[in-house]
Amino acid sequence: MATTSEHNDLAAPGADDGPTPSGGTPVQPTLGLVGWLRFLWRQLTSMRTALFLLLILAVAAVPGSVFPQRNIDPTRTTDWIADRPTLGPVLDRFGLFDVYSTPWFASIYLLLFISLVGCVLPRARVHLRAMRQPPPRTPARLERLTAYRRLEVPDEQVEGTLDALEKSLRRRRFRVHRHQPGTLSAEGGYLKETGNLLFHLALIGVIVGVAVGHLWGWKGDAIVPEGQSFAKTRFDTFAPGPWVDDESVPPFTLRVDRFHAEFEREVTGAGQFGMPRDFTAYVTATENGVSYEDEIKVNHPLEVDGATVFLLGNGYAPVITVRDADGEILYSGATPFLPQDNNYQSVGAIKVAAADPGLGFHGWFLPTAVITAEDGPQSVFPDALQPALALTAYEGELFPDGRPQSVFRLNTDEMTQLSDAEGTDAARLWIELGETVEIPGGRGTITFESLDRFAGLSVRHDPGRWLTLGAALLALGGLLLTLLVPRRRVFARVGGTGPEGRTVVTIAAMAKADDTGLDSLLDAVHDDLDPALVGQGSRAEKDEGR
Amino acid sequence: MNALDLALYSNYALYSAMAVLALAMLAYAGYLAGLMPARSERREHEKESALLSTREREEALVGASAGPTGSVESSGERVVASDDAGSSATSGRALDEGVSVGTRKLGGIAGSLAWLGTILLAVSVALRGLSVSRAPLGNMFEFAVVACLFVMLAFSLWSTRRDLRWLGLFVVTPVLLVLGVALVSWYTEAAELMPSLQSYWLVIHVTVAVIAIAIFFIGAVTGILYLAQDKVEQSGRTSFLNHFPGSKALERLTYGLHVVAFPLWTFTLIAGAIWARQAWASYWNWDPKEVWSFVIWVVYAAYLHARVTSGWSKQRATYIALAGFVCILINYGVVNLFFVSQHSYSGL
Ligand code: HEM
Repeated sequence: MATTSEHNDLAAPGADDGPTPSGGTPVQPTLGLVGWLRFLWRQLTSMRTALFLLLILAVAAVPGSVFPQRNIDPTRTTDWIADRPTLGPVLDRFGLFDVYSTPWFASIYLLLFISLVGCVLPRARVHLRAMRQPPPRTPARLERLTAYRRLEVPDEQVEGTLDALEKSLRRRRFRVHRHQPGTLSAEGGYLKETGNLLFHLALIGVIVGVAVGHLWGWKGDAIVPEGQSFAKTRFDTFAPGPWVDDESVPPFTLRVDRFHAEFEREVTGAGQFGMPRDFTAYVTATENGVSYEDEIKVNHPLEVDGATVFLLGNGYAPVITVRDADGEILYSGATPFLPQDNNYQSVGAIKVAAADPGLGFHGWFLPTAVITAEDGPQSVFPDALQPALALTAYEGELFPDGRPQSVFRLNTDEMTQLSDAEGTDAARLWIELGETVEIPGGRGTITFESLDRFAGLSVRHDPGRWLTLGAALLALGGLLLTLLVPRRRVFARVGGTGPEGRTVVTIAAMAKADDTGLDSLLDAVHDDLDPALVGQGSRAEKDEGR
Repeated sequence: MNALDLALYSNYALYSAMAVLALAMLAYAGYLAGLMPARSERREHEKESALLSTREREEALVGASAGPTGSVESSGERVVASDDAGSSATSGRALDEGVSVGTRKLGGIAGSLAWLGTILLAVSVALRGLSVSRAPLGNMFEFAVVACLFVMLAFSLWSTRRDLRWLGLFVVTPVLLVLGVALVSWYTEAAELMPSLQSYWLVIHVTVAVIAIAIFFIGAVTGILYLAQDKVEQSGRTSFLNHFPGSKALERLTYGLHVVAFPLWTFTLIAGAIWARQAWASYWNWDPKEVWSFVIWVVYAAYLHARVTSGWSKQRATYIALAGFVCILINYGVVNLFFVSQHSYSGL
């Protein structure tokens, strides 16, 4: 029966393609390339694969929460790796500091989405067909279905009962069909499957929206001291998506007029003292030559010229002046220091390139400074109650090889530290607000003139976000439909004679999965029927059964 | 009354709630203990009702299919079973079969105490909210208390619709535990919010998250009871679980709870993303808290999948659901306290 040629035709070995039924030696089906591809495709699009991919996706996402991620906190990542010279580089090789952009993470979710498409499209086809076809024929023995009722109606009312049933079911949005006289088939809850397909397809929309944001979105960050402004040419960092052209970044400017910060002083109990209470940046925006004042708060970004400006950080920018031995000003300006903890203990650097040789300071800014014997200088409150700078000084080459470097750190590779007056220890400069201090080695003076705050602003543009949001909401809608709408079939069949001129009409219901509502559905349908049709007796008996 | 007084009374209400819930716990424990000696009678009953197929008995116990049946003519086993369901589900007879009056009373008392504890918790949360003039969802302590309130509220409200005395101990005990830990380790003084939390999305996002977690929690409890019941049924041992709904009913209950909680969690993710864009400029940052919320979502999606995947048993699927709840615990306990995250609202 099973000839070799037939087996050659058998391109796709499914799970059921076991040994041949004809007895004799089972012939292994030979798989051509197409056969293999089809086999793989079937494996990939099976529910079981989808389940495993989901579980693997969950596991694969976890390392990104354990290890610092470069795109979130590059400094912490670099420090983390530097602290672990053996482990760090190995983990880095496997992308554990960029989990969500590694090929292995991408391959999991891409496989999942390929599987999803391969699974959903055929199901959509089947579903469309099912929606066009009438409900299936009425089964012969309705007593076998999950729930059923037997009604006894007067003989002459049989047709009327079926009509009334049909009306009742249609009102409940069932599709009703009578394949044969004396039978009725109805099916309802097609929306369940529609919702399921909508949910899965909308997930693809979410991914597409995310991709659009990555490709055409951009972001620029800037640290802006009070009184200063910034524009697209003055971002500290600018990260455009690969397909962004520079023209699409709007040419607005934004000035930070004033920055207001407030911290908890009243509640001194656990966990609250010194917590931030309000951050507001008062700004003047200029777009297309028109200026207006506005404010930016943490949860209230500002829309400017098609981009959105967010307030993401803040800190202090001490205004510092450095003079040479002749009193000539070499450096003057607000110098942002980067906060490191909740009390705004901040690190920063002052790079005096105009000095010869180059002069550099780095160290701490402390908004509420105290010096204790155990811990040395530290800040005990985030607000500027007792501001002070604690610096060390260096001279030499500030920018070796012209390499880019952080504005908050001094590259001391080619610099030497200045010593104190005795020439024994490294010089430590402690400068309180308004003070001027001599720089050791007769290099002049440094003055802490005044204190400004800075706003850490981020300008973002994400053209995919509405697609992502819309798709996510569609997915939620689809999910609600698929989880809450029951898919049910109801049948009726006339058959058997009851007592004195009555005919038995059986109605029954079934569902695809567990469905605890079938009995109440039948009750409701039954209650819709005119008592005159179904007969008082039947109803009375039904009540007795209660 | 000033803010400090209100916060103080809020704490008094919390202590009282804990005391009452402790009594409820004892009463529920006594109730379950009372189910034990009745086992021999229970066995007898089992034999008598051997006519009922397993499925129908479970329906009777769940009471889900409770309702009037068709005409008497249709008298078959099925209709008898349904009649049984109709009466026993409303009177709770099936659960209490052969249980002493004292035990039954204890169960009732436990239920009333649970209600009282719930109300006291609600008072505590309301006073806390008043004392800070905002939704009391600003730090880990407040979050934990509100989560416990929602669990108790869900349980108490649900118990007006069906007999849940069997479930009481397993809900009240963990709630008490969490309240205790919250008070001892996470207590945070009542105060205003930090700027990143000053948004109405806090109320939307966190409230829905807490409701979802409360339901996931009850679902995890019934999931564990299902696995235990399944073992008991297969071994045929006698156990107080004999008085509980059957394994199939428990499994369906577990599924039903997850079906409610999963869309709520989906909404939590969406609302969180919308808020993240407002507060942190980007709707998704792969911040540890976001990572774990995502992991939770994916694991529960896997549970819903596993339930309909051929070749996967309901038991194995339930283990995935429990893994989902473990992820919730990690997200709350471990991520808040030990991971560097933008969600630094623990107040610790
Ligand atoms: C991004 C990945 C996916 C997610 C997050 C996801 C999520 C879900 C969720 C939450 C449900 C529950 C709805 C219900 O119970 O009816 C579901 C159902 C379903 N999913 Fe997926 N899914 C994914 C991928 C897939 C793939 C790849 C397939 C096909 C292989 C698939 C096939 C199904 C099927 C057939 C159901 C319906 C189960 C039923 O009859 O109730 N899904 N999915």
